[in-house]
Amino acid sequence: MHERQSFFTTKQGVFTILIVILAILPLLMSDFQTNLLGRFLAFAILAVGLDLLWGYTGVLSLGHGIFFGFGAYITAIYITIESSGGGLPDFMMWSGMTELPWLWQLLSNPVAALSLAILVPMFVATLLGFFTFRNRIKGVYFTILTQALVLTMVTLIISQQQYTGGSDGLTNLQTIFGFSLSSPQTQLVLYFLTLIVLTVVFFSSLRLVNSRFGKVMVAIRDGENRLRFSGYNTAHFKTVVFTLSAGLAGLSGMLFVMQIGIVTPTMIDIIPSIEMALWVAIGGRGTLLGPVFGALLANTGSTYFSESFPEVWTYLMGLAFIIVIIYLPKGLMTIGDKLTKKRRGSHANQSAGKPTKL
Amino acid sequence: MCFTPSNKALSFVFICFLFTLAACQDGSSDSVEAEDTPADVQEAEDAEDLDEEQIPVGILHSLSGTMAMSETSVRDSELLAIEEINDNGGVLGKELVPIIEDGASDWPTFAERADKLLQEDEVPVIFGGWTSASRKAMQPVVEGHNGLLFYPVQYEGMEASPNIFYNGAAPNQQITPAIDWLMEEKGDDIFLIGSDYVFPRIANQAVNEQVEDAGGTIVEEQYTPLDHTDYNTIIARIREADPDVIFNTLNGDSNVAFFKQLYDAGITADEIPVLSVSVAEEEVQGIGSEVIEGHYASWNYYQSLGTDENIEFVERFQETYGEDRVVGDPIEAGYFMVHLWAKAVEEAGTTDTDEVRKAADGIEFAAPGGPVEINGENQHVSKTVRIGEVQEDGQFEQVWKSDEPVEPDPFLEEYDWASGLSEIVTDED
Repeated sequence: MHERQSFFTTKQGVFTILIVILAILPLLMSDFQTNLLGRFLAFAILAVGLDLLWGYTGVLSLGHGIFFGFGAYITAIYITIESSGGGLPDFMMWSGMTELPWLWQLLSNPVAALSLAILVPMFVATLLGFFTFRNRIKGVYFTILTQALVLTMVTLIISQQQYTGGSDGLTNLQTIFGFSLSSPQTQLVLYFLTLIVLTVVFFSSLRLVNSRFGKVMVAIRDGENRLRFSGYNTAHFKTVVFTLSAGLAGLSGMLFVMQIGIVTPTMIDIIPSIEMALWVAIGGRGTLLGPVFGALLANTGSTYFSESFPEVWTYLMGLAFIIVIIYLPKGLMTIGDKLTKKRRGSHANQSAGKPTKL
Repeated sequence: MCFTPSNKALSFVFICFLFTLAACQDGSSDSVEAEDTPADVQEAEDAEDLDEEQIPVGILHSLSGTMAMSETSVRDSELLAIEEINDNGGVLGKELVPIIEDGASDWPTFAERADKLLQEDEVPVIFGGWTSASRKAMQPVVEGHNGLLFYPVQYEGMEASPNIFYNGAAPNQQITPAIDWLMEEKGDDIFLIGSDYVFPRIANQAVNEQVEDAGGTIVEEQYTPLDHTDYNTIIARIREADPDVIFNTLNGDSNVAFFKQLYDAGITADEIPVLSVSVAEEEVQGIGSEVIEGHYASWNYYQSLGTDENIEFVERFQETYGEDRVVGDPIEAGYFMVHLWAKAVEEAGTTDTDEVRKAADGIEFAAPGGPVEINGENQHVSKTVRIGEVQEDGQFEQVWKSDEPVEPDPFLEEYDWASGLSEIVTDED
């Protein structure tokens, strides 16, 4: 009895149940809802990656939109080339281009494009990590830097409209590997692909944080100087985690763009980048499972509110976030703690700060 | 290993998630709300609320974010038209029920919401969009599901989707006549300023060809990022170049900054007049009429028009939404395009996209800005071109108008100077 209960209440257990349910849901939902949920699953992949960086290693990036954007744009460029069947995309003609720029030509190969969608963000993160972590730029300074980079990236994309479609983005994404992106079958395949990728990412991340490497990550978060004095080069560790996290963001962007069929700078701007960190915070930092729930719940919530109350939904979402942050500062994952505590009185409150009434 | 608090936590979160999913499934569809909509228009959340005697129609504008200020007014005029149609017995004897969605000033959201309206609510038509980016985001969606989009705003042309009806001005119904008028009345040296995105870029390509053909000079062409607010450098360049007129395709908040700084720099409308194509009555309110007084705009409609249809329209709009509200060109287009769609459906006898498209050719309506008629070939409408001058009270006074409604020519095929432009675009098809 205890044995069985313990599996279903471990992270692996809950995640497995979640995945089983998510695998069944398409049977019950319309094509549109399945497609929508598939996009949220792509976000969950990013949230897991961000949790590795923020929740476990203590490095807050408010610039994951950049890496998400690299993945999304590189994939979208490939799909645009495929969709336009050898011709120039329309926005390039308007901007007076006569032939495909070499950067684009490079991305007309699907294998190159899909690998670069993950490798480019990783490369950028390595470079960034190398220059910042080695110079001991950390905490809020690093966070501000990532915000500035988002702004730079968005400005760059908008200003280079002959290459990127500017503020309109890349809109006419029709086919991938010859399959129509608007057909429900393609979307169903992409849904399950995303689900499988999320599962692999989740269990690999869980292994990582339970390994020796994971212990070092947590040690960096809880006492970086001590670790450094013990002879660890924390900058290397941080760069590796940052790179990994960026790669997952790129993967997320790639899967996301295939399911929404459009990419614009608004998707990777400052606000979406902050929202990404919000999913992690709402779900619960340093839990891996929390951010998955955070991404799914926050996006389901905003879709639901915006459909039901188109006039005031942004306020409702804001209110929901505030309530969670006030009552569950450590995220939704601590909701059980709070309830147990209330029942047992203030017996077990040393772990979660001062007792709060629900 | 027993039931520890953190284990319980997991189960609890999990259950919460299931509840949320369940809640989203049925979408709390039993509540039909009517807040913020004009008197009798019933608003549905979901197509399931509707019975056989009702037709759902989608309304998709930005109700939050930077575009909300402009787009909510278009939503208002669309709801007004729906109310009028319902008061007169509806369409095909059925009541129209608007399903309102928020595009949130975010183009992917427009695509997603359009998808939802067509797939979940099965609306036969979406009235929506403002920016070209939002239209381009919705285009693959409406084409993929063979839906209909009625789009209310003037745009750069060079587009003809079988699933979109363009109710704003094509370039030849706004920009081309404005340039003609400028060169005749104000002078040949033109300074181009615009926001850096598709509409100004394409519009100015055409303007360049046209001005060159007519023997004028483009003294300089400047673009600033969207939402740019510092125009001192550009104003210095304007002084240096000393043009006869400025042709302005700036969008949104940039106009406020540009006109204020131009005013502060002491450049008056007498000295160098500015003709804008994205500044209507609402924007004039935002800029301040004393700042922009004497400058010009080119549109198909002004609130100040004295036709019977317009007086009635303005009265009804202000009665419903408040005396202080102003209307403008896109708001008028939002209003008449709902009527055009309704008439086309009546003509077709069904809401089926292909039938409505066939029936739409030649559908007319006496709009507040003068008669409009759908051109079935390119799915734009013919409309009257009007140049207006900003007055002290923030209204426009019409200083020139076309003798009759101008036929839409989105690819500028009628103009020799534009042959290079339309070739570029038609090559691709």
